[in-house]
Amino acid sequence: MTLSEFPRLGFDPFVELRRMQSEMNRLFSGFTPTTRDFPPINIWLGDNSVVVTSELPGVTPSDVTISLQEDVLTLEGARHPKQEQDANWQRQERSYGSFSRTVQLPFRVDADKVQARFNNGVLEIELQRLEADRPKKIEIRAG
Amino acid sequence: MAQEVRTVGQQAPQTTESGQRPAPRPVFLPPADIYETRDNIVVLAEMPGVAPDGVDITLERRVLTIRGRSATGDHAGYQRAYSEYADGDYERVFTLSENIDRDRIEATLKDGVLNLVLPKAESARARKIELKAT
Repeated sequence: MTLSEFPRLGFDPFVELRRMQSEMNRLFSGFTPTTRDFPPINIWLGDNSVVVTSELPGVTPSDVTISLQEDVLTLEGARHPKQEQDANWQRQERSYGSFSRTVQLPFRVDADKVQARFNNGVLEIELQRLEADRPKKIEIRAG
Repeated sequence: MAQEVRTVGQQAPQTTESGQRPAPRPVFLPPADIYETRDNIVVLAEMPGVAPDGVDITLERRVLTIRGRSATGDHAGYQRAYSEYADGDYERVFTLSENIDRDRIEATLKDGVLNLVLPKAESARARKIELKAT
């Protein structure tokens, strides 16, 4: 079978391959890290504590679940759109739906001493380092 | 209908009461939902970290400007270890297609979302027109 026969078959695999290649290039050129994970997280480190803050606009405390397993913190929840009758939408830029983020903390924390608060759409979780996990100063005995 | 006005370039930072210029902060475009009902235009804008007293809304003719100044997220005694978002201010300008009854504008800020209810002026409201029987 020669190349010239392909157009007669109505299918040229080389044309198809080139089309696929340009399609792949187009897909991957749009693959930029601008599609951020939601919610965005900041982590602040103290001496024996860590603060995790997260921007969760429009999320109420009952919409979000915070769970802790060893040193892994998980935020889960959902954003609900406002239900409005007879609304004529002109712009919908906010996104809705369920979200989940998992954060690996730099040390093990005491699950009984976790404090979480919401402040103007920013969630703040303060976690204390486990007592047994804290660095200890070791005295050197004079020999 | 609300049309966004894109501002070109940033305004010079305003001087504070003490006369010192505040450190430059990034200015974000808050994502917004806008819908129209029979009587109102409703704007919902996400401005996490902004306290109610940090919001500034102006309506000049049909140009609506929303500004929000977020509280600093710095934690005393803590070092920033990982960062996915930055503190900053929010600003966005829209041009509204309807005249607004500016005396009855309602603005609330809840959980970092600004909820702005702009009642249409009497003249701009849709009226039902009865067909006369001939």
